[in-house]
Amino acid sequence: MQVHKYDVVIVGAGGAGMRAAIESGQRARTAVLTKLYPTRSHTGAAQGGMCAALANVEEDNWEWHTFDTVKGGDYLVDQDAAEVMAKEAIEAVLDLEKMGLPFNRTPEGRIDQRRFGGHTRDHGKAPVRRSCYAADRTGHMILQTLYQNCVKHNVEFYNEYYVLDLLMVDQEVTVDGVTRIEKRVAGVVSYDLASGELHIFQAKSVVFASGGVGKVYKTTSNAHTLTGDGMGIAFRRGIPLEDMEFFQFHPTGLAGLGILLSEAARGEGAILRNSEGERFMERYAPTIKDLAPRDIVARSMANEVREGRGAGPNKDYVLLDLTHLEPAHIDAKLPDITEFARTYLGVEPYTEPVPVFPTAHYAMGGIPTNIKAEVLADNDTVVPGLYAAGEVACVSVHGSNRLGTNSLLDINVFGKRAGLAAAEYALTADFVDIPENPTAETEELLNRARSSEGGERVALIRKELQDIMDANVQVFRTEETLLEALRVIDSLEERYSRITVQDKGKRFNLDLLEAVELGFLLDMAKVMTAAALHRRESRGGHFREDFPERDDENFMTHSMAYKDPSATLTSGVRLETKPVIFTRYQPMERKY
Amino acid sequence: MEKEPASKVELAPGVGGGGEIPTFDITLKVRRYNPEVSDEAHWDEWQLTMYGTDRVLDALHKVKWEHDGSVSFRRSCAHGVCGSDAMRINGRNRLACKTLLKDLDTSKPILVEPIKGLPVEKDLIVDMEPFFQSYREIMPFLVSKGHEPSKERLQSAEERDRYDDTTKCILCAACTSSCPVFWTDGQYFGPAAIVNAHRFIFDSRDDAGDMRLEILNDKEGVWRCRTTFNCSEACPRGIQVTKAISEVKQAILTRRI
Repeated sequence: MQVHKYDVVIVGAGGAGMRAAIESGQRARTAVLTKLYPTRSHTGAAQGGMCAALANVEEDNWEWHTFDTVKGGDYLVDQDAAEVMAKEAIEAVLDLEKMGLPFNRTPEGRIDQRRFGGHTRDHGKAPVRRSCYAADRTGHMILQTLYQNCVKHNVEFYNEYYVLDLLMVDQEVTVDGVTRIEKRVAGVVSYDLASGELHIFQAKSVVFASGGVGKVYKTTSNAHTLTGDGMGIAFRRGIPLEDMEFFQFHPTGLAGLGILLSEAARGEGAILRNSEGERFMERYAPTIKDLAPRDIVARSMANEVREGRGAGPNKDYVLLDLTHLEPAHIDAKLPDITEFARTYLGVEPYTEPVPVFPTAHYAMGGIPTNIKAEVLADNDTVVPGLYAAGEVACVSVHGSNRLGTNSLLDINVFGKRAGLAAAEYALTADFVDIPENPTAETEELLNRARSSEGGERVALIRKELQDIMDANVQVFRTEETLLEALRVIDSLEERYSRITVQDKGKRFNLDLLEAVELGFLLDMAKVMTAAALHRRESRGGHFREDFPERDDENFMTHSMAYKDPSATLTSGVRLETKPVIFTRYQPMERKY
Repeated sequence: MEKEPASKVELAPGVGGGGEIPTFDITLKVRRYNPEVSDEAHWDEWQLTMYGTDRVLDALHKVKWEHDGSVSFRRSCAHGVCGSDAMRINGRNRLACKTLLKDLDTSKPILVEPIKGLPVEKDLIVDMEPFFQSYREIMPFLVSKGHEPSKERLQSAEERDRYDDTTKCILCAACTSSCPVFWTDGQYFGPAAIVNAHRFIFDSRDDAGDMRLEILNDKEGVWRCRTTFNCSEACPRGIQVTKAISEVKQAILTRRI
C-alpha cells in the first residue's frame, strides 16, 4: 500500500474540482483524484449557459440575480451565499474568458447573453438576457477550459483513482479554557482502478468536488458514474447531509431516455405543448410561461400527463416545439441538442415537435458548507481542513430548487473559493497523523463485495432501486409512497449484503466498482426518502400531495440528515433542522 | 423581437414520434483480453434481444449486467459528450453510446474491439496516457501577452467562428486511433492533438500560434498526415479534422494565421 503526502487533495475533477485545483495548485502542493479522466466529468454535459449580470445586452445587476436565485429556491436559499454567488458571478465569467473560454459574442465582440428560466429583470417583471454561453455546449467548454488551464499550471492528476474513505481523527481542542472534541482531516483512502491497489493520500486539506447522485433514479440526465460517492463517504463518517429531499427534475429530457435537452431551447423561444397542441404553460405561469423555474414546469408537465393530455401512443410525454424557429437560428444556437433528438429519437426538430418528459437532473442538497466552502459537522461547527464545492455540496445557493445556469456558476464561484481556502489553510496547518489501520474499513468493504457468494446481482438491485425512486420519490410524493420506498430500499439493502461480484480480478475491476457505487446509491436513496418524509409541506422541487402548500411556520428551515442506527423508523437516518439565513428578502408567495 | 408562438396549434396525427418500439435479436462479439488470465486475446459472443432505441453501449451493459460482469469498458455520460467509450464497432471507430444498433447490419454479428494504436489494458480499455501526452505537448491553453483587460477581451463573431469547429473536441481518441500513420508510428502527434492546436492557433486572442506551429513542424508533426480522411469519418462530433490539419499545414507554410 502506497502513502502519498500532499498539502491539498481534491476529490473529483469536474468543474468545481478543477476550478479549485487551478487556485490551490498555484499556492500549495495539490493532487486531484478522479475516478474518471478529468475531461469525462459530467460538467461537460451542461449545455445552456452560466448566468452573470454582465449587462452586456440589456440592463441587469447582481441584486436582481440574487433575488431570482432566492425566489427560484422558494426562499430556502441562504441569502448570504446567494449574494456572494451573484456578485462573484461577474468575475467568474470574466476569469473563464481570460482562461480562453470561447463564449458566443455580440455584434460588438462582447460576451453574448440569452434568457433562461427564472432569470428576470427587476424582481420578476420579465425574462432577462443573463446567461453567458458557448452554443449549447457551455459545460463542455467550461470543462475543457478548466482542464486546459490545469495542464498550463501542471496540476497533478491521479486518474481513475476512486476515493472510498475520508480519514478523520477526533482531537481535543481547548479554546478559552473550554475543552471539546473536534474532528480533524487526515486524508483519504483511494482505490486505483488500473491495479486494484489501495493508496492513502495524507493531506492537510481535502476538498470534495465529486458531483451528484442522479443515478438513484432510472430516468436521468446524469452520467452512469454519478452515484453520490462523496456525499456517501461524508455521511458514513458522521457528517450530516443538508436538504436532500430536494432533487431537481429537468423538464425537457428526451422521452423514455432522459437525455437532456437544454432549457436554452426554451430560452431561444421553443415552447411546450400537450397532446391537444396547447401551450399549457400559459395556464401555470402566465407571466413567464415556458421560462418558469424547472420545478414548476416539470410539475406542470407531469400534471398534463396525469390529466390525460400527454402525447404519444401511451400519452406519457409532452412535446417541445421548435418548429416556429428558423432552422439557421436553431443550428447556430442549439446544434447539439437538436442532434440528440435526431440521433436518439429520429425526430427532426425543424419540422416536428420533440417528445420530452422530466428527467432527474440535480441534487440541491449535499454536504453542508458555509460561504468559505468549509464543511460543517453540524449547524455551525467547521471541520478544519475539510471543504466541499459543486453539486456534492449544499452551501445553500439553490434552496429547494436551482435555477438553470446556476450550477455552472456555483462550481466556478465556490470551486474557486474552496481551492483558495484549502490552500490557505494548508499553508498554516500541520499534517494530522494518519489513524491506525487507515484502510481497515475500505478493505472490509471491498472484501465483502468481492468474496460474498450470495448470488444477488448488483444490476438487478440497482434497477429495482431506480424503479422505486422513479415511481415513489419523483415529482409527486405522499407519505404513503415515501414509506413504501423506504421499505423497498431496506429490503434491497438486505439483498445487497448478499451480492456476488463476478469479476474476481484486480485489474480494472469495474464490476467491483459498480458494487461499491450501489452501496452509496442505497445510502443516498434512503437519506433522500427519509428527508422527504420529514418535510410535511411542498416547496420548490419537493411536492407533497398530502401537504400541497408551503408551510413557512414549520418548515422554513433546512433539513440535516445524520446517520444514526437508533433512528429505526426512518432506516437509520435522523433528521434535524438548521435555520435559513436571511439578509434582504422576506418570503413572499412564489408566482411567475 | 421574435414572434410569440400560437397558444394552440393543430397537431398532425402521429406527430412527435411514438408507436411501439420494435425489438430485435443481435449477436454481439467482443474482443476480450485480460493479462491477469491470459496473454492471448479472444472473442466472446452473446445473443441478445434489444430495443429499437438501444445503442451499442446498451448491448454492452446488457452483457455486463446480465451475463458476464467481467466484460470491461469505460463509459460515463452515455450520450456522446464525455468521450469515454470510443471503440471499434464493425471495424469503424465510433462512440458506443452514439451508435444505434438498428443502424448497424444486425443480420451479422456486431464486432466490438478496442481502438487501435494504444496499448490494451483489459478488454475494451486502452491506456490513454500516450494520447493525452501528445495533447499536452501542443500547449492546449490560451497564451496571451500584454496586460489583462479589466473586462472580457473583445472578439468578433467572425473571429469566434474561425475556430468554432475545433472547440467541439471531446478527446475521445476516435480520430487519432483511426489514423494508419498513428498505428505504425506512435510518436506521431495524431489528429486530436493537431485539432486542439488548431483551436488555439486560430483564436484571435492567442499569442502562441508560432510556437505551436513550430512544435507541429516537427518530423512527428503535421507532415506525417497523409490525408486519408479516416479521422474526419471517425469524429463523433462531426469535426472536419482533415480540413483543420490542412489549415495548420497551410499556416506553417505561409506563417500567416
